[in-house]
Amino acid sequence: MYGKGLRLLSISTVAAMALALSLVFFYAPLDADQGFLQKIFYIHVPMAIVALCGFIIGALLAIAHLRTRDPRWDMRSYVAIHMSLIFAVGALITGSIWAKGSWGHWWEWSEPTLVSFLIVFLLYATYQPLRFAIEDPERQARYASVFAVTAGAFVPLNFMAVRLSTAYVHPRVLGSTSNLPGPMALTFLVSLGAIGLLYATLCKYELTAKHTRAQLRALRRRLLGEGQDATKPRSRSAAPSVAPGATMSAQAASRSVL
Amino acid sequence: MGALLRKELLVELRTLESVPAMSLFAVTTFVVFHFALNRNSVEGDLAAGILWVTLLFAAILGVNRLFVADADQGGFDGFLLAPVDRSSLLVAKALTLLAYLVVLELVAVPAFALLLGPPFGNALPDLIGVLALGDIGVAAVGTLVAALAVRTRARDLLGPLLGLPLLVPIVIGGARASAPLFAVAHAGAPAARWLLTLGLYDLVFGLIAYALFDFLLED
Amino acid sequence: MGAIVLGDAPALPLHEAGKYVAAAYIVLFALVLIYVAIMAIRLSRIERELGELLEGVERPAGEPAAGEAPTQAPRESTLA
Repeated sequence: MYGKGLRLLSISTVAAMALALSLVFFYAPLDADQGFLQKIFYIHVPMAIVALCGFIIGALLAIAHLRTRDPRWDMRSYVAIHMSLIFAVGALITGSIWAKGSWGHWWEWSEPTLVSFLIVFLLYATYQPLRFAIEDPERQARYASVFAVTAGAFVPLNFMAVRLSTAYVHPRVLGSTSNLPGPMALTFLVSLGAIGLLYATLCKYELTAKHTRAQLRALRRRLLGEGQDATKPRSRSAAPSVAPGATMSAQAASRSVL
Repeated sequence: MGALLRKELLVELRTLESVPAMSLFAVTTFVVFHFALNRNSVEGDLAAGILWVTLLFAAILGVNRLFVADADQGGFDGFLLAPVDRSSLLVAKALTLLAYLVVLELVAVPAFALLLGPPFGNALPDLIGVLALGDIGVAAVGTLVAALAVRTRARDLLGPLLGLPLLVPIVIGGARASAPLFAVAHAGAPAARWLLTLGLYDLVFGLIAYALFDFLLED
Repeated sequence: MGAIVLGDAPALPLHEAGKYVAAAYIVLFALVLIYVAIMAIRLSRIERELGELLEGVERPAGEPAAGEAPTQAPRESTLA
């Protein structure tokens, strides 16, 4: 039952997002150097952080899948990674917009966080092609989980390596957030919470939708029997799906209908 | 496991599939760089970068072929039936890849010195150390990625696609570590920071590959 | 002075910076809306399939099923 906490979660997300946006535009002071442009910081950085955490959560869920072999863990891992990838795209686009506004060009190679984030993004962009290239669903889930764990371990290592490589050659352009003044720090934390809640809501939403679709398919199979299933064969897909009673035999299915 | 390793190396010696291709690729790439950069010698960061990127791409060639024979000729089934610890296949394949890389470097590094002539005479032991650390990481990750990609539909594409981002820290670490070795004015020692990074990467991904490999072999 | 240092770039005037900030926030908004659209398409597909299933059940089952199925349907649609 995936939709259970969805109402509470989505309402909290709306409240948090409204609060965050109000803080950003009415409370947080203008940055001395960057002026109004700095406001992008309040959505760009949280999206990047949430995306990275999402990738690591995807890795943890993949470990659960490998240990229990329960396909539901694989579905959760898939949704976590998929959603993180979308947030990562958002982070890259908003980062580019910020870069264009402050430096005049769309990208900055000497900024280690941007570069390592791009590498992580490119890595996870191969997750779906990998899944799509394996037809057997059980093997697809297994291989995808192996990849998710490897990639999850890669994220911190990659950031470390790239950051080290530019530390002494070029002064860090985007300074650390540890010296944010009070009001800015508060706004940032609230924004981070709001984006995090948004991520959780969207993931739950996605899981509920997938589960509903799978339940529908199972219902169709039970009500209409084997014949209907044959006329609409399941096409290859990169997405996992778990159906309740998917392993029921045809005999049991027809018996329960009557 | 010793028997597995011996079999791998014997097969390679007889068929000579991977290593000559890798070495030839590396040498050819150096020649291309020589003409593209229009220089007789490179040094410092540029030299380190060229060397490591070329080695990386040559390694990818070897990675692609690593499991292909097993997958095509049913070698996996025979292995699974035998009462052997499955991770020993991983170790054997990784050591094989490591051996390929060592031979590759035995050819590529002198070629590099010859064609692009960076000065590194007495820094050779340091360079060997850095290369060794990098090779271990490439072997671990390369074997895992090869096993992952070999039984998918687009195996030649997926191997490099998955492997290249994962190997970026090694390229960064290796290039940064060997840059001072190629510097003209003052051939310094590689910074400990990079050796640590490479070592950490090797440790983490070696363990991960060892832990996850079983899951790839199940059917 | 705990402001974020960003090289030597001078601050954009408000009316110019506003465009970039707006663009960035629009990106976030657009992502969420695109997701809403995708979900809407999925929901309509589920509704259609459920409708087909209901029809498929009504016809073979005959009168008893048809008696209760139509009363179910109107109640469901008022929730939409």
